[in-house]
Amino acid sequence: MNAPLIGQSVKRKEDQRFLIGSARFTDDITLQGQAHAHFLRSPHAHARIRSIDIERARSAPGVVAVYTGDDLAKAKVGGLPCGWLITGVDGKPMKEPPYPALAQGKVRYVGDRVAVVIAETLNQAKDAAELIEVDYEILPAVVKAADARKSGAPAVHDIAPDNTCYVWGLGDKAAVDTAFKSAHHVTTLEFINNRLIPNAIEPRAAVASYSRGDDAYTLYVTTQNPHVERLLMTAFVLGLPEHKVRVIAPDVGGGFGSKIYLYGEEVVLTWASRQVNRPVKWTAERIESFQSDAHGRDHVTKAELALDKNGKFLAMRVTTTANMGAYLSTFSTCIPTILYATLLAGQYTTPAIYCEVTAVFTHTAPVDALRGAGRPEATYVVERMVDTAARELGIDRVEIRRRNFIKTFPYQTPVALCYDTGDYEATLTDALKLADVAGFEARRKEAEKRGKLRGLGYSTYIEACGIAPSNVAGALGARAGLYEAGEVRVHPTGSVTVFTGSHQHGQGHETTFAQVVADRLGMPIENVDIVHGDTGRILFGMGTYGSRSIAVGGTAIMKALDKVIAKGKKIAAHLLEASESDIEYDRGTFTVAGTDKKKSIAEVAFAAYVPHNYPLDKLEPGLNESAFYDPTNFTFPAGSHICEVEIDPATGATRVVNFTAVDDFGKVINPMIVEGQVHGGVAHGIGQALLEGCVYDPQSGQLLTGTYMDYTMPRADDLPSFKVGMRETPCTHNPLGVKGCGEAGAIAAPAAVMNAVIDALAPMGIRDIEMPATAERVWRAIQSAKAKK
Amino acid sequence: MDISVSLTVNGKPVAATLDARTLLVQFLRERLGLTGTRVGCDTGQCGACTVHVNGRAVKSCNILAAQAQGAQVVTIEGIAPDGTLHPMQEAFRNHHGLQCGYCTAGMVMNAIELVKKHPNPSEETVRAGLEGNFCRCTGYHNIVKAVLAGAAAMRR
Amino acid sequence: MRAFDYHRPKSVKEAISILRKVENARPLAGGQSLIPSLKLRLSGPPALVDLGAIEEMRGIKVDGGALTVGALATHAEVAASKDVVHGIPALARLADGIGDRQVRNQGTIGGSLAHNDPAADYPAAVLGLGATVHTNKRAIAADKFFTGTFATALKPGEIITSVTFPLPKRAAYVKFRQPASRFALVGVFVSEGGGAVRVAVTGAGGCVFRQKAMEKRLAENFTPDAVARVKVAPDELNTDIHASAEYRAHLVGVAAQRAVETALAGK
Repeated sequence: MNAPLIGQSVKRKEDQRFLIGSARFTDDITLQGQAHAHFLRSPHAHARIRSIDIERARSAPGVVAVYTGDDLAKAKVGGLPCGWLITGVDGKPMKEPPYPALAQGKVRYVGDRVAVVIAETLNQAKDAAELIEVDYEILPAVVKAADARKSGAPAVHDIAPDNTCYVWGLGDKAAVDTAFKSAHHVTTLEFINNRLIPNAIEPRAAVASYSRGDDAYTLYVTTQNPHVERLLMTAFVLGLPEHKVRVIAPDVGGGFGSKIYLYGEEVVLTWASRQVNRPVKWTAERIESFQSDAHGRDHVTKAELALDKNGKFLAMRVTTTANMGAYLSTFSTCIPTILYATLLAGQYTTPAIYCEVTAVFTHTAPVDALRGAGRPEATYVVERMVDTAARELGIDRVEIRRRNFIKTFPYQTPVALCYDTGDYEATLTDALKLADVAGFEARRKEAEKRGKLRGLGYSTYIEACGIAPSNVAGALGARAGLYEAGEVRVHPTGSVTVFTGSHQHGQGHETTFAQVVADRLGMPIENVDIVHGDTGRILFGMGTYGSRSIAVGGTAIMKALDKVIAKGKKIAAHLLEASESDIEYDRGTFTVAGTDKKKSIAEVAFAAYVPHNYPLDKLEPGLNESAFYDPTNFTFPAGSHICEVEIDPATGATRVVNFTAVDDFGKVINPMIVEGQVHGGVAHGIGQALLEGCVYDPQSGQLLTGTYMDYTMPRADDLPSFKVGMRETPCTHNPLGVKGCGEAGAIAAPAAVMNAVIDALAPMGIRDIEMPATAERVWRAIQSAKAKK
Repeated sequence: MDISVSLTVNGKPVAATLDARTLLVQFLRERLGLTGTRVGCDTGQCGACTVHVNGRAVKSCNILAAQAQGAQVVTIEGIAPDGTLHPMQEAFRNHHGLQCGYCTAGMVMNAIELVKKHPNPSEETVRAGLEGNFCRCTGYHNIVKAVLAGAAAMRR
Repeated sequence: MRAFDYHRPKSVKEAISILRKVENARPLAGGQSLIPSLKLRLSGPPALVDLGAIEEMRGIKVDGGALTVGALATHAEVAASKDVVHGIPALARLADGIGDRQVRNQGTIGGSLAHNDPAADYPAAVLGLGATVHTNKRAIAADKFFTGTFATALKPGEIITSVTFPLPKRAAYVKFRQPASRFALVGVFVSEGGGAVRVAVTGAGGCVFRQKAMEKRLAENFTPDAVARVKVAPDELNTDIHASAEYRAHLVGVAAQRAVETALAGK
């Protein structure tokens, strides 16, 4: 029998192809006869299209075809659907404006797709696009969430004249109002959660082809969930039968949410591949990624926390305006609602919470899930409020957390979620030690001698992963299931191929899932391969987002493994001439209980495929099982992050000098991979706090952070090395005890960083600084604090 | 305008006639099929396209193929004999220095030249040396570890 | 990129004759700014004249109290040159902080100066050291070379061949980086030598400029305190999403003080 694999830092199986340059990303795919597409995009934030003249472009050298929104409308190509229906406090459904793949009548953000040029070469397509003449009537634009509902703000869509998509609420408003009346202290803060641009390093890309002989399409595309892509495209947009469309997500270079959604480009390419009867390829230039990938965050929030004199939280009231952008991207509407307001209890026993969210349309790129998706925004509100309240009440920031921690589980929060398990004190205690909080005061004094300000910030966060179950989500407006599918195929001589509906784009599933399978089947990990990202090979899948892969996708595989083993027991019973009930199974070996009679899984598999000695009257040959798994609850990873910053008061320049994360992801399959996920998430979170911020010009609606010259990506020298620790409180409702780890860092870190910044500046009387805390913002806060004194 | 270019790529002489506006990275990927070198941006920042030109790490999306006339170009496909890994590649694997793998070739190519210039670099030198390579997955933590380990291996 | 004709001359003479023949032809040095602007179709010259094969524009040497850097010297070559490191260490360090390693391996001093990006580093060194820009036609004093945003004294058909820097008694460059591009949000080059003090500021305005009030104070008393007493007016400085004019003005003061400190530390 092989040693256990779960919990081992197994080196990644997938690394080889990336290291030697033989991986296959979408842009690496070249199909015979392929033409190249270039999208002409709107240079204006808001304009009426009076006319489009494509004649000169059409006759330019190498041009195969030019299409506009009119062509799609004539062909009855549908708009892009939104996957989650939110019902407002007024009981009415959200406003759901049409979202055409190519603009029809109006453009609504800079980068909105206006036309596509398909040509023999990319240069020819781009040359021809310069010949398209669009007569725009430029209209006024609104880009900020806070301005969208002001009187006189230009309407993005006629069906929503006040730019309101919905006003939604969660929690017991009356109970909250009552609690506030008797509060000893109320802490109030207003926040802007800065808009981020996702910036996966691989730009979005697609290659679509159509086969006349089979009347079938193949689409290679940078997606996190190929089956969802196919479902949306066939059922809602192109009206094709699913069996005629194969969607393949080959190696995908990072997603972070931005590659979950169905985008217009891939719709246009798929449709056009049939029109021009040849493969068509498109790869976004980075400037297109900036303009047209779905952005993240962009909330304006007012929060109030009511406390008693001991610092116990009595109630919280949160009012948020969320920017949806110009159109409703695939999962946009559930992010600032279902994945935000439900997290406002954090790790605390706050008995009453009410949150009201107003989602607004603006003349900006659509906003959707981005690493964390709602949960970073919620954590930022809660954790900034907790630090601020502690300071106002003169209670130690660690102590106030301890006084309010949830300590018994399961715990029903006042905002719908029921936490199954956790140990918040444990992660906090570990983090205090790992971060050497005891030594902070000495470090602060040493920094002071050098003229620098040091601050320490905490973020004790919770997240909810693996959104579920489907029936509850459905009642809340989900228009899709939230299960996952898996299939385990044991080959005749005992090697295994696993097909999963999860998709990896950096997460290391090919290793982690193989560890799970090899461990359960008691075979070397080399004998197990994981296949993902192809609707032609995998029965179904909901894909990878919301840190769901191991908890939902992994469990589906576990269920399929259970079926393999159950069938294996029947076969082994026959081979060993024993009763099925006497067969025991342990990592790869079937044994007759109390004897040394046994068969390996490979022997059983061989018998299943070469059924010469086999109960053919009772059992089908073969050893191939599939399963769907729909979770009964979310999983609830949680932990404590501690950030230490140093500020140069002369310039305001702020650096993270130490960052410690102690997380509880439940059972950890591969610590090396999990730690890597934490590092990436933390860097993303530090980026949000100190560096990254999407800026549109408030008058013209131009994207001012449209290249890497102006949008600050975290670089190696912006960050320190991180200290990472783990606690394992197994999830109670999946067989692996796993919770999910991909987003934790991005969720926890912004609050930890900003709490540290404020800690450094609090002695000057500074209470808040807007993210990203750029050098100038910090310097200005210091100047105005000095001026007040 | 079509022009003729001849250079050496991964030790092999190559010659081609191409549109003058062909970038070195386009030539490598589209004409030579060396797709291990990748493009992540338009403005010469992300570094995914880093290759060696006459021994120097250069962003191949930020020079014309024509500018590499007569040059020795080495890509990720050419740093180790078939079936083996360069010590820097090995270090990236051992230290989980890659996740999605898109930035990896550029990281490795820059790291190798960095270590040739600074055979025993500090963490600070490595971080500063990687400023021209973006990674969104790893937070750079394990890349830095990998480069330090790769440097140690290259010294041996 | 729009289509263009491409030439790769082997001598300055040949380059000039092509540039004179083809209207609006652009010289191409390292291309680290030009290539991205062509890719984004922000410019589309009819022809590029690639200077990369012109050997006479290479090389770095010290001669008679001056350092001469060939226009095609890359930032990495300048940063690593023993002559530069010994002669004007501040210039070596400045070169070592331009862009990133890969850009420094390809970008050239001549290209940077001809482009005259208002946030580039080299213009601060050239103006801050009182260098002389040599072209195929003439020698241009630094004070006459930088004429405006992305504008220089270069005429059509004229290219930079080398730059000569007088060796200063002491000098230093301090830069606060624009966080995204890593260009100078504000960079200040301070030098003392030949009986004069120069303070050149990049990143803050539409074009590199001398901070004469600081120069005057420093000529009297080369100390950080002398600079600290100069109030920098934000009036003609840039405001953009990365910094206001007021903040830039403040940073000019901080950078100048720190540059003087560094220069005095003798490194």
